[in-house]
Amino acid sequence: MAGRTSALRFARSAQAAAWWRTNATALLFMAPAAFLVVVFFFVPVVLTLGMSFTDIATATGLGGWQWIGAANYEQILRGSFTGLIARNTIFYVVITLSFNVLVGLAVALLSVHIADRAGGIFRALWLLPRISPSVVYALMWTWAVAPAPYGIINELVAPFGVAPRFWLNTDPWPVVIFVNGFVGASLGMLVFTSAIESIPEDLFRAARVDGASAWQIVRRITLPLIRWPILFVLVYQTMSLLASYEYILLTTNGGPGLYLTEVWSLWAFHTALQSYFGNLEIGLGAAMAAILVLAGLVASAFLLRVFRFNDLVSEPRVEIT
Amino acid sequence: MAALARPLPRAELRWTGAIPYAVLLVFTLPILLLYGWLLYGSFFPRIEGLRPVGAFTLENWRFLWAPETVEALRFKAPIIPLTINTFVFALSTSLVVLFVSSMAGYALSRIRFPGRRTFLAGVLLLHSFPSVTLLIATFLVLRQLRLYDQLLGVILVKTAFELPFGVWIMKGFFDTVPWDLEMAALVDGAGRLRTWWRVVMPLVKPGLLALGLLSFVSGWNEFLLPFVFMPSGTQQTLSVVLRAILNEGRFVDYGLLTAVGLYYVAPILLLFFFAQDRLMKIYAGGVKG
Repeated sequence: MAGRTSALRFARSAQAAAWWRTNATALLFMAPAAFLVVVFFFVPVVLTLGMSFTDIATATGLGGWQWIGAANYEQILRGSFTGLIARNTIFYVVITLSFNVLVGLAVALLSVHIADRAGGIFRALWLLPRISPSVVYALMWTWAVAPAPYGIINELVAPFGVAPRFWLNTDPWPVVIFVNGFVGASLGMLVFTSAIESIPEDLFRAARVDGASAWQIVRRITLPLIRWPILFVLVYQTMSLLASYEYILLTTNGGPGLYLTEVWSLWAFHTALQSYFGNLEIGLGAAMAAILVLAGLVASAFLLRVFRFNDLVSEPRVEIT
Repeated sequence: MAALARPLPRAELRWTGAIPYAVLLVFTLPILLLYGWLLYGSFFPRIEGLRPVGAFTLENWRFLWAPETVEALRFKAPIIPLTINTFVFALSTSLVVLFVSSMAGYALSRIRFPGRRTFLAGVLLLHSFPSVTLLIATFLVLRQLRLYDQLLGVILVKTAFELPFGVWIMKGFFDTVPWDLEMAALVDGAGRLRTWWRVVMPLVKPGLLALGLLSFVSGWNEFLLPFVFMPSGTQQTLSVVLRAILNEGRFVDYGLLTAVGLYYVAPILLLFFFAQDRLMKIYAGGVKG
């Protein structure tokens, strides 16, 4: 009996040793990335979900926390601003997303159908907001919407009989949407441009020969053929819009007044990391973020399913062992 | 999606006339106005709309040579150390991203090992996952690691957030490298590590350059992470200080703001000007919003 177990143990450890020998190299190569992914993605996701059931806050010292069940979620449900902020979020995501996709599509379509050089220049210009530091970009918009005599918007609308005003206070939503839209549209523009350019040329030529107009070609050939990239950009940007708040933070910071342009992700940020009231309610903020994390995971998983994940992770072609 | 290589050669399919140009110009006008103002606004005492008031001056740029005379900067970190911090942050982020993602990308492209599929799936999931939602928990992780309020901590977080994109794109670059050379090296008895570094890495240099540029730009521009995770300001970066000047409740000095803003964005604009094609390609191929 004893002999058998030790033989088994020996076989097992030999097996383990062999396993290590075959996989040591791969593990070595993967170790740094795996470490960072575990520490800065896996652990935070678990922590966010876990903390959302606690009352952890800076007022009680980060150590003195307790499990409080779903109280944070109840507080969010009952909160007097929850409805307003949820409506803000939906409004912001829907309007900005429409702007991003429609303008991105328009710029892509127009820029591929004019001279190559000019098209390239326009696309480069549209990429500028995306590659500029967010603070500098926000600074430019702050100037553009500034009160007279500084801001350019007041001068542009003056001929139409609009009195000069302080747009950030009087019309914060258009400002927030334009600020985000002019950054966001470039993603669609790039994706749609390369999608349109990979459509076989013969399709366009055949349509042209059959006497189709430019609009008919766009409507009947281009748009149907780039529906997958359009779907991709829609889902991808819904996610990033739901989660992103950097440009809102830098322009209106959720104001003016109480939560007029506050969106869900900014609310979580304000609650847990930048509270006006001094006490950082990390548990409550984590519950707000957890809702977004779950939404993000679901949407990402959906993206993977739709865009044929299996083709992307096929086994390596080269193998020498 | 990286099919940018083949531009439309279809002269007869072009839309003719001035209308497409005019529409594009109208759409693009806000961008032109914003950047136009940024480019020359700092060289005049005052700008109203786009009209300069007064004669050309470098007065707004005196934060470079006489920072003590600029009231808005009185209690802020001096500009040169700030610039160095920002540069160190961007450069180390981009080097660590390059190193870590090319190691992982190589293994994922070439070696069969248990967990490969899972890791790839995870990386892809994270690539589209909005990482800012994790900042609250990251705050606690950094405190636990005693890296809160330190440049090193922010570098690690930034690297991790750039990593899914980097790993995915590097795997793509390695996938396109033919494996004859590598096979020869391996058969000759060179180890994987040596083969990777000596034989394969030189073959993906263009990819490394593109990813390096992109993560450098992304690091240079970063605002939220240093803002949240380095509050005390000894190792602050340009973005955080510029936002502090922008946010001061008192009279807004647009002259100073445009000068500092242009100073901060200039390296990026230059990089973009010279490496536009590379950057555009990797943006289109990688799709990270």
